[in-house]
Amino acid sequence: MPPAAPAISSLGIVVPRTAHFDAPLTLKSGAILPAYDLIYETYGTLNAGKSNAILVCHALSGNHHVAGLHTAADKNPGWWDNLIGPGKPIDTERFFVIGVNNLGGCHGSTGPASIDPATGQAYGSNFPLVTVEDWVDSQARLADMLGISSFAAIIGGSLGGMQVLQWSIAYPERVRHCLAIASAPKLTAQNIAFNDVARQAILSDPDFHGGNYYAHNTYPRRGLRLARMLGHITYLSDDVMGSKFGRILRAGAFNYGYDVEFEIESYLRYQGDKFADSFDANTYLLMTKALDYFDPTQHHPELNLSAALQPAVADFLVISFTTDWRFAPERSREIVQALLDNERNVSYAEIASKHGHDAFLMPDPHYHALIRAYMERVII
Amino acid sequence: MRHDFQTIADWIEPNAKVLDLGCGDGDLLKHLHDRRQTRGYGVELDDRHVLACVKNGVNVIQRDLEAGLAEFAAATFDYVVLSQTLQAVHHTEAILREMLRVGREGIVTFPNFGYWKNRWQVLQGTMPVSADIPYQWYDTPNVHLCTMHDFEALCAKLHIGIRERIVMTAGKRIHFLQNLTGSLAVYRFGHAA
Repeated sequence: MPPAAPAISSLGIVVPRTAHFDAPLTLKSGAILPAYDLIYETYGTLNAGKSNAILVCHALSGNHHVAGLHTAADKNPGWWDNLIGPGKPIDTERFFVIGVNNLGGCHGSTGPASIDPATGQAYGSNFPLVTVEDWVDSQARLADMLGISSFAAIIGGSLGGMQVLQWSIAYPERVRHCLAIASAPKLTAQNIAFNDVARQAILSDPDFHGGNYYAHNTYPRRGLRLARMLGHITYLSDDVMGSKFGRILRAGAFNYGYDVEFEIESYLRYQGDKFADSFDANTYLLMTKALDYFDPTQHHPELNLSAALQPAVADFLVISFTTDWRFAPERSREIVQALLDNERNVSYAEIASKHGHDAFLMPDPHYHALIRAYMERVII
Repeated sequence: MRHDFQTIADWIEPNAKVLDLGCGDGDLLKHLHDRRQTRGYGVELDDRHVLACVKNGVNVIQRDLEAGLAEFAAATFDYVVLSQTLQAVHHTEAILREMLRVGREGIVTFPNFGYWKNRWQVLQGTMPVSADIPYQWYDTPNVHLCTMHDFEALCAKLHIGIRERIVMTAGKRIHFLQNLTGSLAVYRFGHAA
């Protein structure tokens, strides 16, 4: 393959910043993080009234680098650069957009690979499990620090959509519009099952060392690679895999062995390798657990999402994609139904796409037109 | 603005909660909100219409009406509107029942197939094409065209009580021989007493 050309982003070079927090954060598990860092990026300008702020919540493998480039030589811009920037559906000429790496992450916010000041060693297995609720609480502290009392909108896809829901429940007065995309109010058994297979791949890797592989100078690369390969299958649709790879053979004929033969094998291995080189296995474990744990109905004896969403007063745009079977349209409709039960302003669109769960990251014209139209009506 | 919108707006009480099935661009809901301060939602299947609703600032739920209204709880709307969509619905009885499950009253408008110009075209040996039925037989979305008599007979069968009926031709109200001289019928109905 020829070397990829440097990417272009209308935002140009962006520089992440780190916020340090000294006030202890009590986590849902009961554990306490005495101090922590959150790395974040911003795009656009916060207006004088601080009323044009948008928070973008990332999904399982995402981070704070939502848009723009870190260096002119970057091969890829931030993960939602097609949606966010000057003149884009989320227009940074009008809005001040914040991307933040969640606690437990591996891109600059405090996480398992960070040094625990108490021991001088990496946290490793000592890093507490953080939940969607904890992320939202920590994001609220970042908003406090930036002087943002209320977000014009909070936006997220997949696990990011769960954070959007949690914001609307935990801080209803601090968010005016919620965009929950390709998301779900809680995972199904099938979804948890996929996550557990991914975790088992990591946990059973001999290089894992109970999560303290940093001290052993090893890395559970094989486990993380397998976890990502499995995940990747579930993010694509059968259709798109079929049309992209089919049964195409790399060498054109069977080799009667276990090396790469089918194109799909080559693709998955490449994706697994790429991910294993850039992500921390403990973070992957933690993020999948946060996904599994999230359930806003947990504290409602009637186990009813409508009751759980009762505090939410924001207007909602809920979007799903027809071929997404990991976060299927039915799951988005559960969110819609709960909002309808509470007589909230909500619009729901089901986008025809062949791209499965990954569709939320793709620049589909109708999908982007909807977000643009919705955002143009957001009053700042 | 479409001729039936004015009639519908006249009927709907201020601050009512309205569900508009097959809401198109959301123009009716916007009009009702502006004139009657109503709240509510539109239901629409077509992508372009869903986008137009969002542009109009109208709450829209993308859904196929033929699959029912499962997201909407019973007795949660004052009015459920089906304007110029009834004739394109396959499950006609089911949608009328659903309207009165989720709403107190239903409002339906449809092109009256009994209108004399339609009958005349049939007599001449062609399918009717008119301002209210603007399709050729081979490209029409309409599957269940009916006359006013037909609709009222179905209402009787489903124990639906008609509360009010307005008939129009070219935007003007018609009072005599309505099933013959009216091109557009507008009904307000509820559960039969």
